[in-house]
Amino acid sequence: MTDGMAQQAQRKKSIREISPIDVYKLLPKTNCQECNESNCMAFATKLVNGELTISDCPPLHMAEYQAACSDLGLLLAPPVQAVTFGTGSQKCTIGGKYVLQRHEFTYHNPTMIAIDVDDLMSDEDVRARVHRIEQFTYNYIGRTLALNAVAIRSVSGDPVTFGKVVKAVAGTTGLPLILCSLDPAVMKAGLTEIKDRHPLIYTATDKNWKSMADLALAFNAPLVVHTDGDLALLRSLVKTLNACGLTDLVLDPGTLAEDGLPETLHALTTLRTAACRDFDELSGHPLLGVPLAVWTSEEISMDVLKWRETITASILMSRYADLLIMHSLDGWVLLPQLIWRFNLYTDPRKPVSVEAGIRTFGHPGKNSPVLITTNYALTFFTVESDIKAAGLDCYLIVADTGGLSVESAVAGRYFSAESIVSAIKETAVEDLVSHKTLIIPGLAARLSGETEEATGWKILVGPKDSSGLPQYLKERWPPHPA
Amino acid sequence: MVHKKNKETAAPVSGNDVLSLAPRILELLQGVQQLELENFSMEIGDLDLFIPSQNFGNSPNHSSLHPPLLKKPTEILRESFQPREARYPGQIREVVLGATKAQGGSRAHAITIGGSTTPAYADALIPPAHPPAISLDVFDMKVSLPKVLRENVAEVMEDPAEWARMNVKKFGADIITIHLMSTDPLFLNTSPQQAAKTVEDILQAVDVPLIIGGCGDPKKDAAVFTEIAAMAAGERLLLNSVTLDMAEAKTLGTVAKAARDNGHVLLAFTGLELNNAKELNRRLYEYIPPEQIVMDLTTVALGYGLEYSFTIHERARYAALMGDTELAHPVISAATNAWAAREAWMAMAPEYGPRELRGPVWETVNALTLLLAGIDLFMMMHPASVLTLRDVIHRLGSKGTTAPPPARDWVGARIS
Repeated sequence: MTDGMAQQAQRKKSIREISPIDVYKLLPKTNCQECNESNCMAFATKLVNGELTISDCPPLHMAEYQAACSDLGLLLAPPVQAVTFGTGSQKCTIGGKYVLQRHEFTYHNPTMIAIDVDDLMSDEDVRARVHRIEQFTYNYIGRTLALNAVAIRSVSGDPVTFGKVVKAVAGTTGLPLILCSLDPAVMKAGLTEIKDRHPLIYTATDKNWKSMADLALAFNAPLVVHTDGDLALLRSLVKTLNACGLTDLVLDPGTLAEDGLPETLHALTTLRTAACRDFDELSGHPLLGVPLAVWTSEEISMDVLKWRETITASILMSRYADLLIMHSLDGWVLLPQLIWRFNLYTDPRKPVSVEAGIRTFGHPGKNSPVLITTNYALTFFTVESDIKAAGLDCYLIVADTGGLSVESAVAGRYFSAESIVSAIKETAVEDLVSHKTLIIPGLAARLSGETEEATGWKILVGPKDSSGLPQYLKERWPPHPA
Repeated sequence: MVHKKNKETAAPVSGNDVLSLAPRILELLQGVQQLELENFSMEIGDLDLFIPSQNFGNSPNHSSLHPPLLKKPTEILRESFQPREARYPGQIREVVLGATKAQGGSRAHAITIGGSTTPAYADALIPPAHPPAISLDVFDMKVSLPKVLRENVAEVMEDPAEWARMNVKKFGADIITIHLMSTDPLFLNTSPQQAAKTVEDILQAVDVPLIIGGCGDPKKDAAVFTEIAAMAAGERLLLNSVTLDMAEAKTLGTVAKAARDNGHVLLAFTGLELNNAKELNRRLYEYIPPEQIVMDLTTVALGYGLEYSFTIHERARYAALMGDTELAHPVISAATNAWAAREAWMAMAPEYGPRELRGPVWETVNALTLLLAGIDLFMMMHPASVLTLRDVIHRLGSKGTTAPPPARDWVGARIS
């Protein structure tokens, strides 16, 4: 590392090395409980764990604590700065990362996904495409997953044409916008149309940085810095733009797909490692990945291009991209990205399991079905979400399988006739219903015989996937008398 | 794709078009080279790429908009970039699967996995010691497979040896996994001798290394593995798997000794828990050299907890490289577990695309994600996923051997 990078390393502490005591020292220490915590030490602990933020301590923001507040901000600042673009409730915050690997703490600010439109599209096509971007959603364990932004590309190279399309898009959607052109004159025309939308500017390069810096300052907009894989030049441009008074910067070392994929992967990994391990401030900005770049290849099959975009996007998301610009609006391309993003950004410190016991859905009566599943969090949430979506009235026994899914738990004998016997006993489900029929997951079908013997209950083998429950119950419940 | 003048309108593809294309995805992926050569000869005039004007001198006057408070630089302030050297005290052990005649077996090649000295693909200058290998699945009884998987192998599903041959010849499997599901006492309860016969048939049919999958019953698996270990002495099979349940059922030692005495490798399976993985390995060290142990830390499907698998593998690999020798074993991933996700196999609303594409994409993304976390050996099924993973492994492993392609202008490109 360079001397500059080495100095950073000495100054900055990793979030994992900061103790609650370090934080406590900078708090008012009055135990005023305005934060709803019992005392300042409890607040400090939650602050270090990322469960609360500095703004949750009102007294800290009074004049007398100004210096401490600022020191605390520096102490707790993530090595990757957070950058926001767009406005209102849909605005995108990217970066703000504390660690290289998820298990070291947790990842903050999920990767935002932007879809492109270009300025040669007809007004009608632009509006239709923007509507599709806004409307693409997927319901996953009770959460709505969606796309986040629109990237507008200047293909015409003409400022007037670009300005018109930017205006049309802004008039159609409240989604955050990314304006894409290397030509400052075109960029200015776009920015002028959306002065109050706080868009992200793509991009400053070693050729146009002066003009783009002026635009970013004039319109108070965050700016992407691009080089073709040259990380020394990227750091140089960041330093130069910092000297211009710009700090809201996003880094784009250039996305090369296919043969260039290793270069891109290594560029992103190297930059994020420098930021999170060496605390290099010039590398400590959100990273942009552009799976859309696959569409510039000579390949002529659309399906192959979409396939490549899918693969590129998922690799870049796993390897530190904080923002992706994509082209395909196909569900099979986007679904894996949206779901993997949701998963990757869950807190790995939270337990894998939910509490075992019995859950009641709707208004079950004495003759309502009794189902059983395992206490793996995602298994439970999936089943819960399916039962709720279908509005079923039933009881669900959540068996303690040590947080294993049905399939793993059956294979590992954590979900067995014996464990079902004890689950029935512990939940006292016999007092809730007047029948003795239990529906087990389809993936546990092989347990049905031994479970019937061990429990004395009639065992019905349910669907392999809980999405089949409504249909299953319609056909099979109440069960025919034997 | 780059739009060609006077050809192919930019009309959006309807759901039906995609559906009709879907079965072709494998052909298309395989035929990429040919398609390009046959149907596309690139001439500069053919491309509607926008080349940005370079007249940066003509930038508009912004200083009037925002009077500068700072003395702005007029030149780029030059900085260097020296990435940290990724050197770790630990190294992942190398494990050899399969044995040639000279080595006491009958395989055409042995395959070495493991040997990593850095987290996967973390250091541009250090490619993987051995490229990750890919095994394709075979089952010894009729199993219910998702439609999209079944149609590729329907004609051989009744014949494990034929199925194995097809996996090697047609789909390029490095290794074959035979899942002896029929041995499950709760299914057909096939005898260890019958299971050994199945394995023998596959050893005859193909000359790649084999992975022997049991049924999950700690007692039955021990009997089956012991029988097969003796029958195939010297073949360096990977026995999938040994567990802490076997330790509890007091069968672990029997299997481990059979593997040691007959020159096989053990797959130590634990469920997303590193302390258990370490404990199981410690128990195995009493019987067998660590170079004969591969770990399965559990692969969960995308959408069903892939993040737990991703993180457990990142943690294990990092700990091993930092010096925890109890975790310094190559790791396997059953990428086929991706098909447990409903998004992989279920017919869904048209906006989510046909399952003919969603399924293989799911298996591919599952595998790629864990490839980045350090997997050394994959168990897979869909040919398009296998092809893609092999392609990515090749590209990522050959960094530095060729100059990167020039960046293309995506900002100004016309895309249909």
